[in-house]
Formats: sequence, structure tokens, C-alpha cells
Amino acid sequence: MLNNLLSLVIWVPILAGVIVLATGSDRNAALARWVALAGALLGLIVALPLVTGFDTTTSAMQFVEKSAWIPAFNIHYHLGVDGISMPLILLNSFVTVLVVIAGWQVIQDKVAQYMAAFLIMSGLINGVFAALDGILFYVFFEGMLIPLYLIVGVWGGPNRVYAAFKFFLYTLLGSLLMLVSMIYLYFQSGGSFDIQTWHTTALGMTAQTLMFFAFLLAFGVKVPMWPVHTWLPDAHVEAPTGGSVVLAAITLKVGAYGFLRFILPILPDASHEFAWFVIMLSLIAVAYIGLVALVQADMKKLIAYSSIAHMGFVTLGFFMFNPLGLEGGLVQMISHGFVSAALFLCIGVMYDRLHSRQIKDYGGLVNKMPVFAAFFMLFAMANAGLPATSGFVGEFMVIMASTQVNFWFAFVAATTLIFGAAYTLWMYKRVVFGSVTNPHVEEMADVKAREILLLGVLAILVLAMGLYPKPFTDVMHVSVVDLLSHVARSKLP
Amino acid sequence: MRHALMQFAPVFPEMFVLAMVSLILVVDAAANGGKRYLAYLLSLVTLAGAAFLTLRDFSTLPVLTLGGLFIDDPLSDVLKLFLYLTVAVVLVYSRDYLRQRGLYKGEFFVLALFALLGMMVMVSASHFLTLYLGLELLSLSLYAMVALQRDSSVATEAAMKYFVLGALASGMLLYGMSMVYGVTGSLGLGDIAIALQDGTDLHIPLVFGIVFIVAGLAFKLGAVPFHMWIPDVYHGAPTAMTLFIGSAPKIAAFAFVIRILGQGLESQVSDWRGMLVILAVLSMALGNIAAIAQSNLKRMFAYSTISHMGFMLLGILAGSQNGYGGAMFYVLAYALMSLGGFGMILLLSRAGFEADRLEDFKGLNRRSPWLAFMMLLLMFSMAGVPPTVGFYAKLSVLQAVVEIGYVWLAVAAVLFSLIGAFYYLRIVKLMYFDAPHDTAPIAASPDARVVMSVNGLAILALGIMPQPLMAVCIHAIRASF
Repeated sequence: MLNNLLSLVIWVPILAGVIVLATGSDRNAALARWVALAGALLGLIVALPLVTGFDTTTSAMQFVEKSAWIPAFNIHYHLGVDGISMPLILLNSFVTVLVVIAGWQVIQDKVAQYMAAFLIMSGLINGVFAALDGILFYVFFEGMLIPLYLIVGVWGGPNRVYAAFKFFLYTLLGSLLMLVSMIYLYFQSGGSFDIQTWHTTALGMTAQTLMFFAFLLAFGVKVPMWPVHTWLPDAHVEAPTGGSVVLAAITLKVGAYGFLRFILPILPDASHEFAWFVIMLSLIAVAYIGLVALVQADMKKLIAYSSIAHMGFVTLGFFMFNPLGLEGGLVQMISHGFVSAALFLCIGVMYDRLHSRQIKDYGGLVNKMPVFAAFFMLFAMANAGLPATSGFVGEFMVIMASTQVNFWFAFVAATTLIFGAAYTLWMYKRVVFGSVTNPHVEEMADVKAREILLLGVLAILVLAMGLYPKPFTDVMHVSVVDLLSHVARSKLP
Repeated sequence: MRHALMQFAPVFPEMFVLAMVSLILVVDAAANGGKRYLAYLLSLVTLAGAAFLTLRDFSTLPVLTLGGLFIDDPLSDVLKLFLYLTVAVVLVYSRDYLRQRGLYKGEFFVLALFALLGMMVMVSASHFLTLYLGLELLSLSLYAMVALQRDSSVATEAAMKYFVLGALASGMLLYGMSMVYGVTGSLGLGDIAIALQDGTDLHIPLVFGIVFIVAGLAFKLGAVPFHMWIPDVYHGAPTAMTLFIGSAPKIAAFAFVIRILGQGLESQVSDWRGMLVILAVLSMALGNIAAIAQSNLKRMFAYSTISHMGFMLLGILAGSQNGYGGAMFYVLAYALMSLGGFGMILLLSRAGFEADRLEDFKGLNRRSPWLAFMMLLLMFSMAGVPPTVGFYAKLSVLQAVVEIGYVWLAVAAVLFSLIGAFYYLRIVKLMYFDAPHDTAPIAASPDARVVMSVNGLAILALGIMPQPLMAVCIHAIRASF
């Protein structure tokens, strides 16, 4: 059982998705929902032994599975996790449960297909984090585009077709160039698609430079980094709540994860050479996108831009090349997973009642929905990086790490604490406080048990991570140190 | 006596097909329009019988027979088996369509089987004469098939274009062959390879001949700039004929190219590689860009074929066994996808309704979620998105190209396939995001639905487990070269 743990983590949600699809038309919608919930919970349960059985003292891959898959090309079904990928798998399995519950009543059209798409995507994303073979990684990485394309396109808003195409083609562009790089690595490493073998493959500077930009495009689009971020606000605005949650909480992390698994260890010299470039893009994302978020009239767009700014922190932390920065980036990834999921769920709660995402349509919500306003307040504070919430920990670590490298990096990065607070709290003020001006707001009912459950669990996690982040950093620490040792070693022949 | 007969053993499948075609001609004439299903069933029996004969004599080593005209090797056996399968699927998909349009006649089956015979000869040819013989048998049958719908002016026009351009291509091919003959003094592919092994003084005439041969091959494959006939013929021909032209002959054309360039002119790889690079890049560029502008699905698939053939050429131009194996995998995967794509148009069509415009696919997910899902798999496979077989097809040819150091070509190829992804995604968009335009129930027969399901799921299954097919391709190439 324990030998195939990672396979279970990947295939249980996918199989559950297929079973959900088999429930057929909307006449069996209730059945589809329950099966989907069971599948998502089972997916989370099989992922739990990853935590309990995890050895935090080693940087080696754990729960490894390896068998020949396509011997003709020396491609293996090779899975394993370390301290970097394990928390992400858990985050994903957890968010899948949230998404299923969040779509419980809102989705009334093609319920089975909706739930199945999320479950299948969840399995594929777990595969991305667990794959140790380049082609296996690519298959999961690309495969997850298909359900996401359908989710945005079928259940999205009015401009969904444009958003779905933009999202798909942008990400495909990056990944195709990555594919060519992988094939090149295959020949350079003497015929291996093994990612860990690539970590020690010697590469010349020209090859490293070209591949660096190919991988940067592939993962930079997913993160998304400025200036290839423009698909994200469109996709978010048009996606259903569940789609937004998964996009923000998980798919963005896939891009950031790629930096740690591919770019830094495989191309260390190019990473050092072009660190300034990534740092510059990250700082632009933090500062400029923060300003862009300030002027958004649409709440989902605002949170989407805030995600880009927060992910800028993650990439900034990675390219400081010290443990504090890397761990800060990772903590920020997990924290952003919780906070952005919570904020999109909050917007979903409001949207379900008023069918508007425009800030100006709201106002005075606290009078009608006090419980909701309290939850929303906590998550807004976490998004602004208030101490004692998870949002603070990662940002603080990254700012500290960048102070060690260059004061001005830290200075620009720290502006996020101002901008973040400005755009989040200003939005919060306009939506929640003041007097009720829109007569429809008068009719809004406070959150129900299902919604309290969702938001409550997330609130506990956000606070727990903010007050005591040590368990999270402990899991990562050894793997991060090992990764940095790879980055420090030149691979030039 | 027995010994004398056994030397024909490698040719038994061809002889069997020929005998059965003659029988079908007679039976159909005798049935006099009454029992049409006889010809249909007999055709399927022919395919099964030929498959049995090919499997029984499955060769592990190349066997040259009929005085060096004919070769029976693992490559030809594997390709023949796929040809039977492809033609059988074509017949199942087309039956209802042909019946509704008054084309369900013995002629169709006879022409299809003659075309099959031509392809079998092409696949097994080891001599310029047999190559040409097979090619012409295939081409003449196809010209007639396109023109079978006599009262349709579009189909007649398509047949005319096909015939004139096809004849021109054959002429070029023959001219090129004659130049090679002049240089090497031989028409047998094996002898040509031996004659050219140590180089030749007559390099210029040889290259001249190769240019004409490559041009002729490019015509048959439909590679840019020799592609003009493809969109018109695909569009103008009745869909059942388009399905036929778009699937099995691609496999035969692959064999044709691999026999001439890979076996006969192997030592001249540095001469023909550059030509194929140009053809491949132009095909991928024009095919993918022009496909975007099409509103007719058959025409869109025609341009998509052009780009796929460009991709397939990448494998061949690598000039290595890996490359040939990759190209073979590509062409087999493509035949599978092409069958599904045109087959879907046939399944959705009904009497008086062709279902070949893009908007006819609107809202298919509401009308039939299962068929929409099959089409989704087909489209993502054509776009080369995993986990479908199309991805491994692209991977295997890209790998061959990178192996010979043409990384820039691989980059160009993936960029063009990105453009291609757009129009495949558009089909998915129409099926899943849009409301149905046409609400009539889908009148596909159960057997066609089953075959379509197998076809679609095969694309997924081969995408998850590509190893068996990949191993077959690599083995066939290794054992035959």
C-alpha cells in the first residue's frame, strides 16, 4: 500500500472523476456531487500518509516509484517527493475538497462534467508535483490544460471563450519550447529523461542560456510573471469560483515549482547570470502590478492582480539564492494558496447572492452579513500581510533575504506591504463598510453552514501558519539546502 | 509443384485481394443492384482474409521475391496490417453515408479494394517499376472514386484537378527515376543503394534526378509547394471518399518515401535532406496558417493534413532509424486521427445534410456528450497535447530532429504547432462552449458508433501506453534496414 502511495494520490482523483462522469446527465446531479465529494475526500485521505510518513532529515526523494514506461525512449514512470513538492501535493488535495464543496449549489448545469473536470485536474496536478521523469512531468503539465480549458470555457462568464483561448495558447507556447529543451537535455545527458540526472548534467553557457529562457517562458507564463501575466486576470474573471480557486491556489504554484525543479538546479550558471533579469521582473510585478490592482473596479480582477504581485515575491525569493529567500518563497506559495482560495471563495459567496463582482455594486455588507464580514476581514488582512497571518511570514522572510543581497531590492519589495494593504483594505472598505446604497444588498443573507465550514477551515489554517510556521519550514529545510548546493555548483564543462 | 507455389507465399495477400476483387465485381453485377450488402460483407471478408495471410507469413527478415521486384519485410507486413484496418474502418464509417447518397454500389468497394491492392504493392515494392505500378493503381482508383458522384459538379471538378495534377506528379517521378537509372544503371532499390554506396562521378545528374523524385513524392504527400490539389480534392470529394484519401494512402505514401529515399538513395541523404527541410517548414507553416481561415471542416482538415505531412517529413529527413521509426509512428497515429476526424463528419451527417461546416459542430456536447468527448480527444491529439497519441508522434519526430543537431527546426516545428493548436481548440470550443445550432437527433448506426468509440479511446490508450506501437515501429524499421 505504502509503496504505491504517490500513484494512489494521482490516480484516485482521476478515477473518481471518471466515475463521476459515468453518472451521466443532470438528472443524477445529486449523485454526481456526492461521488465527487467522496472522491475528493478519498484523494485527501490517501495524501495524508505523505505527511505522517515523511522523513524531514533527508533531502533524498521519498515514496519513490520507478518502472519502465516507454523503454523505446528510456522514459520511466518515476515518482517521488521531497520537502518542496510534498506540501504542494497536500495543498492541492485539500483545495480540491474545497472546490467540490464550493460548487455544490452554484453549478446546476452539467454538474457531473464540472466535478469530473476538477477531480481529473487535481490528479494531474499531483502528477506534476510528483513526477521525476521529464516527459512524465510534461504529460501531466500539459494534460492539466485540457480540463482547465473546459472549466473556464464552459462554466465561465460572458467573455469566457477569449479567456480560455488566451490562457491555453499562452501556456502552450511556453511548454512547447520547454519540450524542445527537454529533448535537448535528453541527448546531453546521454539518453535520459530523469530529472535528477539532469541536475548533474554538464552544460555549456550558450545551451544553458537558451534553455534558461525557454524554461523561463514555460514557467513564467504559469506563475505568471510580468509581462506574460495578461492571461491571468482574463481567465480569473471569466472562470467560475472553483476555477478561480484552483487557478490561484494551485496552477500558479506549478509554475513556481518548475523554477525549483528545473531552472535552478539544471541551469545554475544561467540562473546566476540572469538572476538580475528575473529579479527585475519580480520587482516590477510586486510594485507595478500592485498599483494596477489599486485601480480595479472588479473584485476578481483585483485579487488576480494581487496574486501576480504575491507570486512576484515568490520568484524574488527564489533568486536570492539563500535558504531564507527560498523558504520564504515556498511559504509564500502555500500561504497564497490558502489566502487566494479564501478570497475567491468570499467573492464567490457575494457573487452567488448579487451576481455582480463590481465593487461599486456593494457597500454596507457588514449590516447584512456580519459573520461573512468577519471572515472576509481576516483574509483581507492576510492578503495585506498583517503579522500573525500566514501572509506575513513568507513576505517577511523574502524581504529579510533580499536585504542580505541588496538593500534596494528589499526596499522595492517592501512597498508591497503598503500597496497590498492599500488595494485590499480599500476594496474591503468599499464593499463591507458604509451604508447600504444598492437595494439588492438589503436582501442578502449571511453565510450558511456550508460556507462557514469552507471559510472556517481556511481561517484556521491561515492563522495557524501565521502564528507557528515552523512545521512548514521544517519540512522544506533539508530539501532547500540540498537544492541550493546544486545551484552553487557550476555545470560549465 | 508445392515448392513452385511457395515462392509466391510472400505475395499471397496481394493475390488473394485481387481474386476477391474480381469475385466482388461478378457478384455485384449478378446481384444487379439488389443485395448491396453482399459487396460490403465480401469486402470486409477480403480484408480479414488478407490480414490472416499477412499474419501467417509474418516475416522476421526481408525476403526478396519475384525476381527482385517485390520485398516482404517486417516493415511491409506491419504497414499492410494497418492498411487493412484503416480500409475496414473506412468502410464501416462510410456505409450509411454512401447509402443515403446513392453511392452504395459495387463500384465503390471494387475501387477501394483496387486502391488497397495498389497500396500493398507500393508498400512491398523494391523496384522502381513496382513502386510506380502500385502508385498508379492507387491513383487511378482514387481519381475514379472522387468522380463516383457523377451528378455533382464539385466532385467532378475535384476529380479532374486530382487527375491532372496527379498525372503531372507521376510524370515528374518517372523523369527523376529515369535520371537515377541513367546514373546507376539499375531500377532495383537494392542495386541502386549498392551502386551509390561508394559515391558516383555523375553527381550532378543524380541530384537532378533526386530533385524530380522529391518533387513527385511531395506531390503525392501534399507537401508545400506541391499541395494545391489537397484542399480542393478533400473539399470537393464526397466525405466518404475524403475519408479514404485522407487515411490509408498516407501510410502507403510514407512507405513509398521511405523505400525510395531511405533504402534506395540512403547514401545521398545529404542531398535530399535539405530539400525535405524546405518542404517540411513550408508545409507546417502554410498548413497551419491557412487552416485557421477555413470555415469548412473538410478544407480545414485538408490544410491540417498538409501540416501533419510536414511534421512527418521531419522524421524522414533525420535520415536515421530513429527518425524513420518516429515518422512511421507519426503516420500511423495520423491515420488513426484522420479516420476519427472525417469519420465524425460522416457520423453526424444524414440524408441531405453534410455536417462539414464548422458551425455544424456547435453544441455537440449537448447533443451527444460521448461523441463530443471522442472528437475532443481527436482534436487534442491532432494538436499534440498529452495524454494523447499525437503528442508522442510529435515527440518522436522532434527527438529525431534534435538528434541530428537541427534544434532550430524543432523550435520552428513547435511554434507552428502552436498556431495549429488554435484551430483544433476552436472545434472544442464549438462543441463545448456554444449552444447547438442543429437539434436533429444524430442518426449514426450502432456499429459506426462502436468503431468511433474504439477509435477515440485508442487515441487515449495509445497516449497513456504508447510503448507497444512505438516498439512495433522501431522493430519494423530496424529489421527492415
